[in-house]
Amino acid sequence: MTTTDSPPAPAAPVRRRRSSGDTERGFSRTFRWIATGSGALILATLAAVALFLIVRAWPAMTASSAELADAVPRYPDDTSFLAYVGPLVFGTLLAAVLALLMATPVAMGIALFISHYAPRRLAQVLGYLVDLLAAIPSVVYGLWGIAVLAPAVGPVWLWLNEYLGWFPLFAGGASPTARVLATVSVVLAVMILPIITAVSREVFLQTPKLHEEAALALGATRWEMVRTAVLPFGQSGVISAAMLGLGRALGETMAVLMILSPGFLYSFNILQAAQQQTIAAYIALDFPEASGLAVNALIATGLALFVITLAVNMAARAIVARRKEFSGAN
Amino acid sequence: MSADTSTMDSTERTRALLTTAEPRRRRVDRAMTVLIWGAFALAMVPLVSLLWTVLFNGAGRISLEFLSYSMRGIFGGDPSGGIYHAVTGTLIITGWAALVSVPIGILVAIYLVEYGRGALARSVTFFVDVMTGIPSIVAGLFAVSLFTIFFGPGARFGFMGAVALSVLMIPVVVRSCEEMLKLVPNELREASYALGVPKWLTIVRVVLRTSVAGLTTGVLLAVARVIGETAPLLVAVGVTDSINFDAFDGRMMTLPVFIYRQYAQGLATCREGQEGCVADIALQNAWGAALTLIAIVMILNIAGRLVNRWFAPKLR
Amino acid sequence: MAQRIDVTDVNIYYGDFRAVEGVSMTVDPKSVTAFIGPSGCGKSTFLRTLNRMHEVIPGAYVEGKVELEGVDLYGDDVDPVAVRRNIGMVFQRPNPFPTMSIKDNVLAGVKLNNRKISKSDADDLVESSLRGANLWNEVKDRLDRPGSGLSGGQQQRLCIARAIAVKPQVVLMDEPCSALDPISTLAIEDLIQELKKDYTIVIVTHNMQQAARVSDRTAFFNIAGTGKPGRLIEMNDTATIFSSPAEKATEDYVSGRFG
Ligand SMILES: Nc1ncnc2c1ncn2[C@@H]1O[C@H](COP(=O)(O)OP(=O)(O)OP(=O)(O)O)[C@@H](O)[C@H]1O
Ligand SMILES: [Mg+2]
Repeated sequence: MTTTDSPPAPAAPVRRRRSSGDTERGFSRTFRWIATGSGALILATLAAVALFLIVRAWPAMTASSAELADAVPRYPDDTSFLAYVGPLVFGTLLAAVLALLMATPVAMGIALFISHYAPRRLAQVLGYLVDLLAAIPSVVYGLWGIAVLAPAVGPVWLWLNEYLGWFPLFAGGASPTARVLATVSVVLAVMILPIITAVSREVFLQTPKLHEEAALALGATRWEMVRTAVLPFGQSGVISAAMLGLGRALGETMAVLMILSPGFLYSFNILQAAQQQTIAAYIALDFPEASGLAVNALIATGLALFVITLAVNMAARAIVARRKEFSGAN
Repeated sequence: MSADTSTMDSTERTRALLTTAEPRRRRVDRAMTVLIWGAFALAMVPLVSLLWTVLFNGAGRISLEFLSYSMRGIFGGDPSGGIYHAVTGTLIITGWAALVSVPIGILVAIYLVEYGRGALARSVTFFVDVMTGIPSIVAGLFAVSLFTIFFGPGARFGFMGAVALSVLMIPVVVRSCEEMLKLVPNELREASYALGVPKWLTIVRVVLRTSVAGLTTGVLLAVARVIGETAPLLVAVGVTDSINFDAFDGRMMTLPVFIYRQYAQGLATCREGQEGCVADIALQNAWGAALTLIAIVMILNIAGRLVNRWFAPKLR
Repeated sequence: MAQRIDVTDVNIYYGDFRAVEGVSMTVDPKSVTAFIGPSGCGKSTFLRTLNRMHEVIPGAYVEGKVELEGVDLYGDDVDPVAVRRNIGMVFQRPNPFPTMSIKDNVLAGVKLNNRKISKSDADDLVESSLRGANLWNEVKDRLDRPGSGLSGGQQQRLCIARAIAVKPQVVLMDEPCSALDPISTLAIEDLIQELKKDYTIVIVTHNMQQAARVSDRTAFFNIAGTGKPGRLIEMNDTATIFSSPAEKATEDYVSGRFG
């Protein structure tokens, strides 16, 4: 803004570029430094999170398996640290991916509904309603999951297990109380609907009118217009929206903690109790009572979660950033 | 128009062309319309069910006593006691979190909008977005790791929770405040510079003044977002049954953690015919607290949106 | 097969705003009809009512009768999707689908109607449509490249190819040359002369010379003032409109003495 770029005139004397820093005097300069410092503080905070987690996780990562087996409850004998974290990572990914598979199609439907199907006047209000889902605290989702959802889906799980039990996910017997990963995934799917919807809605709304009209003028029905013009345009946006949702689902704690009956297996049986556990729920369950090396071990699993979500989120944000400037995604 | 046969023919042919109900395409279009409306309806099912369940189960427990007593000395199926300690704890911890996050968040937003150029600004933008994705439990672990290094392994107090919440809240504040500051038209800034007002004063007097309603909205929505966080407080602040107003000393109860603890407590054992023993009192407490928490969250959300609608200057 | 369009007493609205009123006209088959008039007089709006594109704008609606070969386009049993298929449209700014190749762009409309078109039929159709749009020689070696990689004039001809690939009865063009350079403009004007043999063509243009060069009949629209509805002032053979129009306003406009 304040730099004066002049066209390079031949043989002109070298122009002194005036940066805005030069023109600021007194408190303005101080203020600039305060603001810039705050910006840098963000990077420092993120670095600090990583650093402190690593420092506190280090003792557990370097301890011998015997020491760990001594200190950490539920630590399997004679296993490396990786073998201890492995099933937790597996459970976390399984729950989150299932939630994502359920949530993404619905969220795309809702986003299309708000951007292209709902009556114009209502669209904004309906959007708020979906956002309300994001405002509900996760601990309340947990209560609801146990009190309402689990009893409701229990018979469905039994049915799936009985008739579709040959399908690996539904194998192994269904728990009648439905405190199983399938139920957890449904709750997680509901919880990540709003963010996937919000981001997809923004991209769908950005579809150029020109392309929509081109499709309609060729004799496309509304759905065909969506398929030829809107979805291809929004593809990368939807992908990153889904990844943001995945990041949320990976880190969700309370709903899992309250609903899931945990186990520590590499098991795909999502209708069976005592099979899987997620990192976040594991930490929340054991941390209040942990001491000594057990704390370090829990922090180390937390570090694993941090690394996974960081990678997912950075990938998602990088995709979003590659599509032009784009706001409203949080 | 002459009604000779050839005209009739071509009219009929055209009518056939224009009315061709290509049944498959129409059916697909209808089906997709139904599916898309259905997706929205499907999302409303949990929302309605959840709000209704909380209202239905929680309303009975809400009373003046429930809101004004703590759980100190309450055991088993005793139906007295309440959530006063948890409500104050939540307000104090969230208040501290806001106190930490709001100035930082607004300053970062100012940096990004007013000063941000080049690599630092780009990476700040990027990592603010990445930060919104930090799992809340990780934020709690961070606070514990940070404070136990200075205060010993057993340290648990309110401010630790506030720090954890700040990690979650700052990026939200930055994001929404950035949007609000961007709405302030450049002409206003330039008008102020033209009067010889220095930049910092322009930012404070013109930019912030103009967008104060939007900033308030952003802050309220950010508070609403973290006030229901459970996991970081569970690990960083711990639990207690008593009232504690001091964020720097001792454990503190908060509403979300209270809900979880009451839920985890399960049924109380009442002897047959025992007076004043309600077996599922803990669950009732949980629902009552959940209703209170949702009410607070909704009030913050609605207040946030109303502030912006009523007080925002018309910029465009 | 080209067909005639009869318009009787059409009023066109955007919500409460009446943008065009009282238009009646006949568009002859296998001819080029040009719409001219000052900006904002409702030419585009009127053009879009001819293939029911107007109603995709929220709140927009049409009163009156638009008949294609005696069939009212706004009749109850008429499917707007079929109308748009039979009355193609080319827009002011070229708008090939950016995510599709040149070939897929040409086939976009056909694939909607007939999913199972054989590969050889598809190739034949792509070639004939692109030849029809005078574009074949320029793009035949890069049919699988994205359509957005073409020049503006080529993109516009690609859009014309896309429109004629579904074999419509009528082609509507809204200022198809306004975003193009003179050479591309000439290419499109030549193309219009070619297309006239098979299609009924309606073109909106701000360029008097263009209207005089390409059209057989010309309709002049005008507007009394901002916020007032646009009206059809006069419609006649192009030669007559440009040499001896009946209305003073038309004469002023075509001779550049307007306003
Ligand atoms: N989407 C819309 N919503 C409301 N009013 C509109 C819309 N599009 C056009 N109008 C109004 O309808 C009137 C006619 O517009 P139209 O675009 O048809 O004019 P035009 O003759 O094509 O002008 P130009 O030569 O500049 O393209 C104008 O007053 C315009 O403001
Ligand atoms: Mg126009």
